[in-house]
Amino acid sequence: MSLLRDPEVVERVERLELPFNRHGLDPYGVSKREIVRWLSILAWFYRNYFHVRVDGIEHVPPRGRAMLVGNHSGGVALDGAMVVASMLLEMDPPRLAQGMADKFINLIPFASEWTMRTGQFTGLPENAERLLRDDRLLMVFPEGARGTAKLYWERHSLVEFGSGFVRLALATGAPIIPFAFIGGGDAIPTIANLYRLGKLLRAPYIPVTPWLLPLPRSVPLRVLYGEPIRLEGAASDEDSIIEAKVAVVKARVKALIDKGKQMSLAK
Amino acid sequence: MKVLIPGIAGQLARIVATKLHAAGHEVLGIDRRPWHDAPKDVEIFQIDIRKRAAEDVFRKHRPEAVIHMATVTHLTVRNEDRYRINLFGTRAVFDHCAHYGAKRCIFVGRHTYYGAAADSSLYHGEEDPPFAMTTFPELADLVAADLYAGSALWRYPELDTSVLRLCYTLGPSLSGTLATFLRGRRVPTVLGFDPLFQFMHDGDAADAICLALEKQLRGVYNVAGPQPMPLSLLIKQAGRTPVPLPEILMSTFFGRFGLPQLPPGAVAHLKYPVVVDDSSFRAATGFNHRFNEDETIGAFRQAAR
Repeated sequence: MSLLRDPEVVERVERLELPFNRHGLDPYGVSKREIVRWLSILAWFYRNYFHVRVDGIEHVPPRGRAMLVGNHSGGVALDGAMVVASMLLEMDPPRLAQGMADKFINLIPFASEWTMRTGQFTGLPENAERLLRDDRLLMVFPEGARGTAKLYWERHSLVEFGSGFVRLALATGAPIIPFAFIGGGDAIPTIANLYRLGKLLRAPYIPVTPWLLPLPRSVPLRVLYGEPIRLEGAASDEDSIIEAKVAVVKARVKALIDKGKQMSLAK
Repeated sequence: MKVLIPGIAGQLARIVATKLHAAGHEVLGIDRRPWHDAPKDVEIFQIDIRKRAAEDVFRKHRPEAVIHMATVTHLTVRNEDRYRINLFGTRAVFDHCAHYGAKRCIFVGRHTYYGAAADSSLYHGEEDPPFAMTTFPELADLVAADLYAGSALWRYPELDTSVLRLCYTLGPSLSGTLATFLRGRRVPTVLGFDPLFQFMHDGDAADAICLALEKQLRGVYNVAGPQPMPLSLLIKQAGRTPVPLPEILMSTFFGRFGLPQLPPGAVAHLKYPVVVDDSSFRAATGFNHRFNEDETIGAFRQAAR
C-alpha cells in the first residue's frame, strides 16, 4: 500500500457526492487525485499516530449545505486536518469538509496550489457563501488566527469568536454543527509565538514548542460533534442580535469541550 | 437586421459576421485591417473607427445593431495608439449608435477585467469590481473601455446596451490571448502555482454573441463555456510542455528560449485564477456551450499542427 494511495481513502473519495468531471475535477478545481494523496497521508496519522476518536458524527447531515463550527486547538491547523479526515473516513456517504484558509497561504508557492486542488480556499465571505449555496460542507473556526495562537496553558479556553459565520448561516439557511477538538494543544504545546518572525514570513506568527518546531507528538485526539443549531433571523440584523447568536454557538462549543475533557480524563 | 461590426477583421469577429450573414442578416464591417475572403455581400469599410469616415458609415447605413469588437487586446506592446483605440474608439461607437438611431449595441469585453489576486474570490459575478489594474496595469485601458461601455446603459437609455465579458477563447482560429500564449512548444508557468483557466471554443463564443443580439440583451453579463481547468492540465492537453519557473525569473525569461512574450503584469494571471459565474447569461439567453473542454483544446491542437 502506498502512503499516498490508501485503498479505503480511494474508495471513499470515489463515493464523494461532488460533480467531478472526466478529469476528476469539480467546478472549483478540487482534484480527486490530490484529495486521495492528501487524505491518504492524513488517514495514516488519524488512525496510527493520533488514534482519533469521534463522537456525534450522526449530527452531521449526510448531504446538503452545513457549517462545522468549532474551536482551534494546536499551534498549526492540525484540528482542521483531522476534522476533514473524520468527515471523509467516518461519514456515510463520505463528505469533503472545506475550510477557509488564511489569506497568507495563497501567497506561498505550492501551498497555494495545494489549497486550490483540495478545496481549502481563501477565507473570503464570497467563497464561503458560494460553497454553501452549492450545498457544500464548510468548516469554520470563528476564533481565527487568534485561536491557533493559544498557548499550552490556554488550550481548553476559547478566545473571541468572529460574527461573520452567523451572518453567513442566516444568509444561506445552513445549519451549524458545533464541534469540539480536544488534544491539539497537547500534541503541539505552544509555549510562545514569534510574531515578528511571522510577519517577515508573511504569516500571522510562528509557534514555538519545547522542541522549538511545531511538530506534533503522538497523543490521542478527540472530536465531538454536537446537535445542529438552526438559526432564525436575518443576515442584516443589528450587531447586538447577531452577537447573541454567536454567544449561543460559543456556549455549545464550550460545553462540548468540557464534555470532551471529561471523556478524555475518564479514559 | 442590418448589423455593423467594428473590428470585423478579427478572427472571432469574422466567425460572428459569417454566422450572422448565413442567418440572413445584412452585415457591414469597419476595420483598419483587410478581410480578403469575406462573404461577397458583407461590405467592409477599411477605416479607423475613430475617424470621420467611420461616422459616415453610421450616418449613411444606419445600422440597427452594432457589435463592437474593435478593441486591441495585444498586450505585448503598450503604446498610446492602443489606449486611444480602446478608449476613444469605444466612445465613438456608442456616440454614433446613439446619434444615428441604432437600437442595440453589444460591447465584447474580457473576463480578465476582474483581475487575478491572492485575495480575490474564486468565481466572479458581474457586480464584482475590476481588480485587474492593481495586478495587471497593462489591462487598464480594457477595463476603462468596459466601464465606459457599461455607462451607456444610463447615458443612452434608448439604446439596448449589453456588455459581454467573455472568458478566453480557444479553437481552430488560433487567435486570442490564450491561443497566443499556448502557441509555442514550451509554455511558462509559475513554480508552485497552478491557477484555473476558463476558456470556450471560438464557435461557442460567436454563438453567445449572436444570441445576445437575438435576445435583445441589456446589461452586463459574464460569458463562459465548460468548467475551468488547471493551467498545467490545459498545457499538457494542448500537447505543450509546461516550464515551471520561479516567479523571480519570469520577467527575465518572457520572450526568450522559445517562451511567449508577456508583460510583467501577466504573472498574476499565471498564479491566480480569473473565473466567472456565467449563470445570468445562460438564464437570460438559454445559451449552452456546444464544445466541452477537451473538444475545445483538441480543435486548437489540430489547427496548430
